[in-house]
Amino acid sequence: MTRRRRAMLVAMLVLSLGGAEAVGPGERRSGFDDMAPETRAMQLDDMANPGMLWVAEGEAAWRRPAGPAGRSCAGCHGEAEASMRGIATRHPGWDQAAARPISLEDRINLCRRERQGGEPFAPESDDLLALSAYVAHQSRGMPIALPDDPRLTPFREQGRHIFEQRRGQLNLSCAQCHEEHAGRRLAGSVIPQGHPTGYPIYRLEWQSLGSLRRRLRNCTVGVRSEPLDEQEAVALELFLMFRANGMPMESPAIRP
Amino acid sequence: MAVHGACRALLAAWVLLPALGEAQQPLHPFTVMGDAIPDSLTGQRGDPVRGRAIVASRQRGLCLLCHAGPFPEERFQGNLAPDLSGAGGRWSAGELRLRLVDSQRLNPATIMPSYYRTEELARVGAPWRGRPLLAAEEIEDVVAFLGTLKD
Repeated sequence: MTRRRRAMLVAMLVLSLGGAEAVGPGERRSGFDDMAPETRAMQLDDMANPGMLWVAEGEAAWRRPAGPAGRSCAGCHGEAEASMRGIATRHPGWDQAAARPISLEDRINLCRRERQGGEPFAPESDDLLALSAYVAHQSRGMPIALPDDPRLTPFREQGRHIFEQRRGQLNLSCAQCHEEHAGRRLAGSVIPQGHPTGYPIYRLEWQSLGSLRRRLRNCTVGVRSEPLDEQEAVALELFLMFRANGMPMESPAIRP
Repeated sequence: MAVHGACRALLAAWVLLPALGEAQQPLHPFTVMGDAIPDSLTGQRGDPVRGRAIVASRQRGLCLLCHAGPFPEERFQGNLAPDLSGAGGRWSAGELRLRLVDSQRLNPATIMPSYYRTEELARVGAPWRGRPLLAAEEIEDVVAFLGTLKD
């Protein structure tokens, strides 16, 4: 037992040293770069990108009065092209009331509950995906820009820990696949570096739009691990977005 | 569209679940000697035909997610790990057995899962907790099959 534990410690040390420099800023790749040319073309053509259907629905929802207050998003925020520009590049973002970072989806639901007096949208519902796609789309082409805010640091470090911790029955960490083996093939699929540049994404495997949270669940189930709780999930999302700082947003991206 | 996607995800999760109601069995004891487990976990020789089916299965063995091998009928094999061709020429049955049971004893940083270990794992999901990836009989079937891959 003791020898095993020592071996694990050495492994963790090696992993943590490796993790620090495994993917330098110059070699960062979006999953876009590894897609087939026809899939890339589909993402770049707004008439062909299925994610734009949710964006269009989100634009309509933005202007539609909702909840007992009968208020629309536009009623407070005006034109999203101006007011929502860059917002998705800074999420998960700090929320004063919760005293922790929250995802863009949670921010939308917070507004819905507190300003519109409505019921929050269910996770992964088309209503929530549509609004988050519309808001994220306003940042397309802008670099991810999480701020250097000390309040975020402990959550970012928690996210890094989750990224590097081996877990589940398969005993794999995120880093083992998405840093050490990124670019190689898991079955037929190229393993991406795991930069969340295009969420919500239209994933061909899902035949639907989906959030980063949903994508994280895929891997969690894949390694046969317990689900992440709410705070762990947002911490991992925060770490991943920091790791992708400076990379351009693609929302709504397409992925295989 | 979303409903269809959710169904697919649920189906995928369900396929990954081991058969429910299957009683949890304690692991068979085994002895590691050098870099091998010389004796069969069950005391019996495995069945190479069943072993081949386990290796090729994306739900049971999961081997082809990372390894390629002599399986012309299987598309989309991985390239994260060595080709299984010739495994039986490179390793003895005992060496193969330890590499399946707990490769992490030989290389703590390997991505090769420990197929017959239930301890010192973090955050294992409830359906899989306390269960090894493969049963002792299945390990022996895979050892028997890999032993046939001489070149």
